[in-house]
Amino acid sequence: MKNIHEKVEKNIGLFVIFTILAISIGGLVEITPLFFQKATTTPVDNLKPYTALQMEGRDIYIREGCNNCHSQMIRPFRAETERYGHYSVAGEQVWEHPFLWGSKRTGPDLARVGGRYSDDWHKAHLYDPRSVVPESNMPAFKWLAENTLDGEITGKKLETFNWLTRNRSHKDENGNAIPLYTQAEIDGAGDAVKGRTEMDALVAYLQSLGHALK
Amino acid sequence: MSTFWNIWVWVLSIGTLVGCFLLLRMCLKNFAGVEEGESMGHTFDGIEELNNPLPKWWSTFFLLTIIWAFGYIALYGLGNWTGLLGWKSSNQGILNIAESKAQTVEYLKKDSGVLVQYDREMEQADAKYGPIFDAYAARSIEDLATDAEALKVGQRLYLQNCSQCHGSDARGTTGFPNLTDKDWLYGGTPEKIKETLLYGRKAVGMMPWATVLGGEEGVKEVAAYVISLSGRSVNADLAKAGKAKFGLCAGCHGPDGQGSLALGLPMGAPNLSDNTWLYGGSQRAIEESIRNGRAGVMPAWKAILGEEKVHVVSAYIYSLSQD
Repeated sequence: MKNIHEKVEKNIGLFVIFTILAISIGGLVEITPLFFQKATTTPVDNLKPYTALQMEGRDIYIREGCNNCHSQMIRPFRAETERYGHYSVAGEQVWEHPFLWGSKRTGPDLARVGGRYSDDWHKAHLYDPRSVVPESNMPAFKWLAENTLDGEITGKKLETFNWLTRNRSHKDENGNAIPLYTQAEIDGAGDAVKGRTEMDALVAYLQSLGHALK
Repeated sequence: MSTFWNIWVWVLSIGTLVGCFLLLRMCLKNFAGVEEGESMGHTFDGIEELNNPLPKWWSTFFLLTIIWAFGYIALYGLGNWTGLLGWKSSNQGILNIAESKAQTVEYLKKDSGVLVQYDREMEQADAKYGPIFDAYAARSIEDLATDAEALKVGQRLYLQNCSQCHGSDARGTTGFPNLTDKDWLYGGTPEKIKETLLYGRKAVGMMPWATVLGGEEGVKEVAAYVISLSGRSVNADLAKAGKAKFGLCAGCHGPDGQGSLALGLPMGAPNLSDNTWLYGGSQRAIEESIRNGRAGVMPAWKAILGEEKVHVVSAYIYSLSQD
């Protein structure tokens, strides 16, 4: 037993290994089992894959960093569910790569914003938030109305999501996995978004949020 | 959770706690071969390490955190075991709303042995606020619109859910109707207001008219005539030419531009003769509306707010246009 801690302190390799072991225990207990739980890998009944346009909108949401101010995670408190609707459950998020829960709640939660406002409102609001909500401190995203999509890699994105969700898609009555997208959808994805503005895509994405559990 | 993962969680959690305890016990013993308080025999830059024991307060708190952890596990559970309290924050793992509601009912039973924090919170709120909304629901919207307390509730709900489009003063903005005037697209009776809130409205939609009207010239002519309807002075020749083409507009806006509501039609075509403008009353804005068309949408709120709350919001909105 003599000077056992001297060995650890003076051998940097050993020290690194023990440190990694110590700090990984929390994750091994709390996170690893979630990859194999029914509740976290089964999609809710009404979960629908994003359309090509919504998928492009999602990428714009990520590009513009919307998740830095808007969460997509309604916590199970009355104060939140009164305002936003049913609390979020894991089954709504099984196809999200990466998930966009966010953590900073500067703006309202968007987990169920779909259908809450009209397309016209979203367009006016993204173009100039103060035009509809004078009290708002959200930045304007005017360029979204001018930039158009070329759709060159939209099909690839859908294909990638087919692969990412291969073990977590809906099942047909025989228990076979139903891929999120058919080959026809993947092939047609580029044409479906080509020429549409980024504004159209982002609004389509926002309007798709949260319908799976309503 | 499968047996494997249940064991995984138990072994790692309890193992860590026991491991921490053993580590603490080991470190409390003096096995360095040096008297307590004496030098460990090495010096850096004149700083000497002494063989000092762990501070008593520190090791006591360490021990207490371990004891705390066992108490916490006993109350709140670990792995598949729900603990003595049977506590959980919410019903995860549900696949649809019906399942969510069924679980809520199941776990609220006294003998279920499960305490769902969220469901308890909602149950208490229902007990407190349910009777208030029930009482409101039993009264007519006209009646509620004279009740200061009900209007306060309605206003709160309005500010939270409706003000984003219609403004916190309910006077609307371009494209989003003013709710404080007497100009209505779908009707301002209590019944119609409530219908609009519950099920939403989708304007039949004005198509882009530029091509049909024969290009920019036609747009200018019709715009001039539309402006003249509310008594403003315009180029008489343009307005005359516009009037000849207004027949195309009359199907929705009526022969005199009095709007679809005056015709008793639910298509949401505004009154053009009253100098109240949903999309702006400037010549430019009117031309823009004719050129590219318009189509307003009011979302449906029944699923979001529920009928009882919509009833109170309806009363608030109805009260805004009453003198």
